[in-house]
Parts: sequence; C-alpha cells; structure tokens
Amino acid sequence: MKGVLHIGVLTGILNSMIALATPFLYAAIGETFAQTAGVVNLGVDGIMLLAGFAAFFVTLTTGNLWLGLLAAALVGLLMGLIMSLVSVTLKAEQGVSGIGLYMFGLGMSSLLFKVLVGTVKTVEGFRPVDIPLLSAIPFFGQILFHNSVLVYGAFLLVPLAWVVLEKTTLGLKLKAVGQNPAAADSLGISVVGIRYLAVCLGAVLAGIAGASLSISLLNLFQDDLTAGQGFIAVALVYFGGWSPFGVLAGALLFSVVNSIQLWMQVLGVNLPASVAVMLPYALTILALMISANRARQPAALNKPFDRSEN
Amino acid sequence: MSTGTGQAVQKESRSPRFDWSRLLLNAILPFAGVVAALAIAGIFLALLKTDPLGAYLTLIDGALGSTFGITQTLVKATPLLLVGLGICIAFRANVINIGAEGQIIMGALAGAAIPLSLPDLPGLILIPAACLGGFLAGGIWGFIPGILKARLRVNEILSTIMMNAIALQFMNFLLQGPLMDPENVKRGTFLAQSARLPQQVWLPRLVPQTLLHAGLILAIVLAVLVYVFLWRTTIGYQIRAVGLSPEASRYSGIDVGRNVALSMALAGGFAGLAGVIEVIGVQHRLMEGLTSGYGFTGIVAALLGGLHPLGLLPASAFFGGLLVGADKMQRAVQIPSSLVTAILGMIVLVVSGAGIWARTWAARRLAGRRREEEERA
Repeated sequence: MKGVLHIGVLTGILNSMIALATPFLYAAIGETFAQTAGVVNLGVDGIMLLAGFAAFFVTLTTGNLWLGLLAAALVGLLMGLIMSLVSVTLKAEQGVSGIGLYMFGLGMSSLLFKVLVGTVKTVEGFRPVDIPLLSAIPFFGQILFHNSVLVYGAFLLVPLAWVVLEKTTLGLKLKAVGQNPAAADSLGISVVGIRYLAVCLGAVLAGIAGASLSISLLNLFQDDLTAGQGFIAVALVYFGGWSPFGVLAGALLFSVVNSIQLWMQVLGVNLPASVAVMLPYALTILALMISANRARQPAALNKPFDRSEN
Repeated sequence: MSTGTGQAVQKESRSPRFDWSRLLLNAILPFAGVVAALAIAGIFLALLKTDPLGAYLTLIDGALGSTFGITQTLVKATPLLLVGLGICIAFRANVINIGAEGQIIMGALAGAAIPLSLPDLPGLILIPAACLGGFLAGGIWGFIPGILKARLRVNEILSTIMMNAIALQFMNFLLQGPLMDPENVKRGTFLAQSARLPQQVWLPRLVPQTLLHAGLILAIVLAVLVYVFLWRTTIGYQIRAVGLSPEASRYSGIDVGRNVALSMALAGGFAGLAGVIEVIGVQHRLMEGLTSGYGFTGIVAALLGGLHPLGLLPASAFFGGLLVGADKMQRAVQIPSSLVTAILGMIVLVVSGAGIWARTWAARRLAGRRREEEERA
C-alpha cells in the first residue's frame, strides 16, 4: 500500500482526473443550459455515442481532427433539433422522449460502427499541448497545463457558461423560461425559441463530449463507448445545483473517484474489477440523494409549455 | 372555482356516448409509430447501400416463416410481457422505470442461486421458490429507487440507470467468482457462466423440439391479473390516482410516497420474474448477456401497448418477433441487430411525440363539437 502514495502515482491520478472530467464537463454544462430553460434532456448519452462515432469515423477517413469535431457538433445539433421538436413543439413527456433519443443513439452508433468500420481501429487523437511557461511549473504544470485542446476547452467552458447564465440577457431569458414560462411569454420572450436554443446548445456540447471520448481521451470507438457517462452527466447537473461551478465540483469528484478506481486496477490493489467499476454508479446515486434539496430547481423543469393553457 | 367544477360534471353527464376517436387514436398511433420508425430505418439502410425491403422481408421470414420462428417469437415475447407488465404498473403511478435490465439480472441471480444451492428439492417446491425469490430480488432492486423517489425525490430515471450498471457488475462479479461453474474451473476455461441448473427446475416445453416453455402461460395469466389489479382493486385504483394527480390523491388521503414505492417494487418484481423465467425456461443456467436488452424493449412494448396489460399482449408478441427477425437478418444479410435498438428509439420518439399532440388534437375536436351542440341546443 505504501506505493500508492508515491508522487508519480499521485501525478497519474490527478492527470487522469483532469482528462476524465472533460466529457462530464461538456455534457453536464450543456445539460445545465437545457435544464435552466426547463427541459430535461435524458438523451445526452445517446448524443454522446452517435456524435462520438461521427468524430471517430470522420477523423479515421479524413485524418482531420477538426473535421471530426465539427461532425460531432453537427450530429449533436441534429439530435438536439429532434429532441426539441419532440419535447418542446410536440410536448412529449421529457423522460420518455429522452430515453427514445438515447436508444436511437445507442443503436445507430453501434449499427454504423459495425457496418462502416467493423473492427477495432484507433485514430491519432488530439495531442497534449504545453501552455508556455505555465507547463514548466513543477508538479502542477504537467497536470494542469499539459493537456489536449478539448481539455482546456472544457475547463474554460465553466466560467464562460457562468457569465452567460448570470451576466447576460440570454441567461436571464433562459432562467425566465425555466422558472415561469407564462410570464416570460407575456413579456414577449419566445418560450419555444429559447427552449430550442438551450436544448440545441446543450446537444452540441454533448456531441463535443462524445468527441472528447473518441478522438481525445480514448482515440477509438466501440459499442456503448460511454457506459452511461451521459446519464451521470445529467445527475451532475442536479448535484451541481444548476450552477456551472457546482457542476465543475461534481465532475472533478466523479473523475477523481474514477481515476483512483482505474489506478487501483493498474496497481493491482486487491479489489475485484467489477466492484471497482461499480463505484462511480453507486456514487451517482449517493450524489442524487445528497442533492435532494430542490429549492434551486427551475420551477418549470420537465413541464412542457402550452400557451393555450394560460 | 365551484362553477368550473359544476360545468365539468355537467359536460361529463351530458355526453355518455363512447369516445370513439380516443380508441381509434390508441389503436392507430402505435401502428403509425412503428411504420414511421421502420420507414426511417429503411432510409438509413438504403444509405448504407443495403436493400431495406429485402432486409425487412428476411426479418418477417425469421420471425414468422417457420414453426421454430413463431415459437421463438413467443419465447422472446414472454420476458417482454412480464417486464412490460411491471412498466405499466410503474407508469400508471407516473414513475418511469428504466431499471428493468438490472431488475431482470437480480431476479435471474436469485432464480439461479436458489436451485443451485438446493439441488435435491423436488421441482414442485423448487420452481415456485425460484420464482418467488426472483420476484423478491427484482422487487427489492425496484423498491430502492422507488423509496428514494418517494422520500428524497431522487429522479428515478437516473437512479434506475445506475442500479442497472451496479446489477450488471454484481452479476459479473458472481459469475467470475462464487457462482462460476466448478466444471469450468476444473477444465480451466473460466467461462463466465454458472453450473447447469438441476433438471427438475426446468420449465416444461409446450411444443416439442422448440424452446417454447410454460412461462408463456404464466405471463399471460399474470397479464390478466395485473389488469384486474389495476382496475378492480383499491390498491390499483390508488396507484392510478397517484399517477393522474399526486396533489388530488394527497388531499383525499392517499399515501403518495407509499404508492410510488409500491409501484416500483412491483415493477421490479415482474422484471425479476422475467429473469427467473429466462433462466429456468430457456438458458437453464446463468450466463453473461442474459437480459438481451429485454429491459429496454419491454419499456417500448409497454408504451406501444398503451400502458395497458391487455394492449401489451400484442405489443410484446410484435417486439418478440422483431428481436427474432433481427437475429435472422444479422445472420442472413449481415445487418447488425443493433438496428433494432435504433428502431426502438425511433418508435419511442414518434409515439411519445405524436401521442400528446394527437390527444390534444382529439380533445380540441371533441370540445369544438360539444360547443356546437350546446349552441344548437
């Protein structure tokens, strides 16, 4: 057990913590936008899968990572439009339509992967980029400033999302639509328009989350690549109390548990692999229990808006 | 306030005629949803340079083209029906149970562990014991997210998804350790499966030379019982009342939390029973991949069956056929069976989207007609 506390292992754990937090951050910040506007998108995992495949496949065939990223964002946008159409325009039960979107993404990504790729292949993903000077800081430099572009992007997204939500008119409109759509409507805010925007923005970010798995973190694709990370991301939004920094704290907590779990397997700590893999899922349930204070929850969360009812 | 209620009552009593448009919608919508989903999937298949029509014909042939195909369709419909019954009960209480996959696993674990640890008991005791054990194990796995929702308002969709992952890892752990077939260990193959169950616990076959087993009859009987339970008993009435309006139920003295937890426990129990039936009816041992996605397919079957136990009968037969046909399609024309998952997703999207829209449309039409009648009168 002494070896576990070795400085190299600590660096390793923190390093993979930062990397593993990346997909959570994109997906959960995106979901924060959607939920702030009152729409729960439970299809995040499906979006991550299909977009992750798109990023992987485009990168594999063109060799261009940026095109891959673009493909992921476009797939995200498309699935966001589907989700908005079904949940906002047609006013479907959001839990059910989200599960439909998830199954569509899960099945379609697996189908396309088997037909178009077939075997296990890897791509040359985004490489770590050193931030000049900062990366030379001993210990922290290598953990914080020696990462891929997508990792930096994810961490920059947190303050950016906070500014959008707290300091802009758009943020105010998102909240108004999520708290009291009827009042927002009477002030001339397009409830439907804002909800479409929020869901699609969230879906594009979920797409990038998928890409961060397939062309930055793992550099491959396989069936059910996400293993439920999209659902954990949705849980992180509750855990983070609909605030970007709360989401950041949750994402770091989850990724450090995940990272410790992976390192325990690497170091051969005497714990069955299946028990170790359980940990993040059990932690999610625990997190949901702790974050049960719903005072901050957008009042119109999960409720379709019908003008004729008001 | 009081005049509004009065009006509603008056309206209700003035139009005793049967609401045909509603029935028509309930019958047409699922059908249209399936056709739309198959059509969209067909476009995808064409884009992938495969022949969609040929693929679908292979699918139908696989599901219905032979005695074995038809019996296999019914074999797969059995767990779907059982899972779907549970989903119906939960949905009626307005609880979305996505945890059937995990509940099937927990039921199957109990359904395998009980006969394996008591191999000398007669089948007449062992079969009911396995079924009861599986029902309880699945029920507990459903009760946990149910009570978490009831007491702490934990989102049941998220918690049940997590419970699925935990159950899967738990089964892997047991299959690679305590439950692994000793023969396997001796030979050094280390396949992740349990020993074969004692023969007296195997369910009798309904048609020789096929896998069709007595579990189907049990499932159909249970479907009728669930119908009676939901529409002819007080507890069933309370569950439905809670689903329709928790506030109104609370005011009339119904314990909302208890009914939410109960509906989830029952949903888990039925999924657990599906796991047991799969183990003692088909596999005769516990192995990886046992659920075959029945948990998710069962949800879609329940939705398509109008969340009604009797509507579930044709729906689960349909999806059983879809699963069997997809296997054939994968073997014969090399279209991965994951196509079915994508189709299921599309069906859910179409039916959930179009459902509310169509119902609103029908309600408006009905209201319009009533207004006309009132004006005439």
